[in-house]
Amino acid sequence: MHEGKSYGKEDKRLGKEGTSYEIRQRCLIIRLNDELDHHNAVQIREKADRLIERNNIKHIIFDFSGSGFMDSAGIGVIMGRYKKVIFIGGSIAVASVNSAVDRIFRLSGLYKIINKYDSVETALSQLK
Amino acid sequence: MDNTNKMVLEFESKSQNESFARTVVAAFAATMDPTIEELADIKTAVSEAVTNSIIHGYGDCIGMITMRSFISGNEITVEIEDSGTGIQDISKAMEPLYTSRPELERSGMGFSFMEAFMDDLEVESEFGKGTLVRMKKRIGKQLAKGYTQQTEQNVV
Repeated sequence: MHEGKSYGKEDKRLGKEGTSYEIRQRCLIIRLNDELDHHNAVQIREKADRLIERNNIKHIIFDFSGSGFMDSAGIGVIMGRYKKVIFIGGSIAVASVNSAVDRIFRLSGLYKIINKYDSVETALSQLK
Repeated sequence: MDNTNKMVLEFESKSQNESFARTVVAAFAATMDPTIEELADIKTAVSEAVTNSIIHGYGDCIGMITMRSFISGNEITVEIEDSGTGIQDISKAMEPLYTSRPELERSGMGFSFMEAFMDDLEVESEFGKGTLVRMKKRIGKQLAKGYTQQTEQNVV
């Protein structure tokens, strides 16, 4: 089922996995397993950009099923990736956002440039 | 029953303390029986203020950040204070989408979020001395802003 390559780091100390990354065709799926603030944004940005450049990525899906919090640093991360893929006709999607994260997206106006889906699978089927 | 409470917390300006600070405030505010949305609002606002102190106040240096919180009746006040560089032009800093550090992919929405998610926001700053952000929120108001279908007008 999951034929894509997986990348991720595991933090065994907390018994909690960090953000994991999966590539399916030209789509990068970023599964957030932590709150998306400035602290985590720095690492996610570096890792994601390396994968985007090396794997000819067109679309990016942020999966929020493991993350219930985001602040303006998350907006920066998404805007930054948007600028990278928009020139090659790519797009950004978010999946499984809770009400708090949804509110941040709504107030910031980010839904004008990104799409929201119920699940990663739905997003994948739309982005093909 | 006495419905006032007070707390003070000091921590270093390291980015891992962003989640520490907002979690502490959320736990402190929990006695006020806030809704999940109200709690998320406070956490976001605190996260923005603490991140500002870390990135803009202290930059590459490590300094101390003081967080104070007071509860009085149904109102919670949170103060975030640093002894960093201070803000030269507060009204410019508070403009939506303005950022002094575009290279860091800052969205420029920190102060806008603090304003949108809290009921009251005051910023005191002296260049070279530091910055104090004071935010207030009343818990138990009906209909949190932004959870309805309407879009906010005062935020971008």
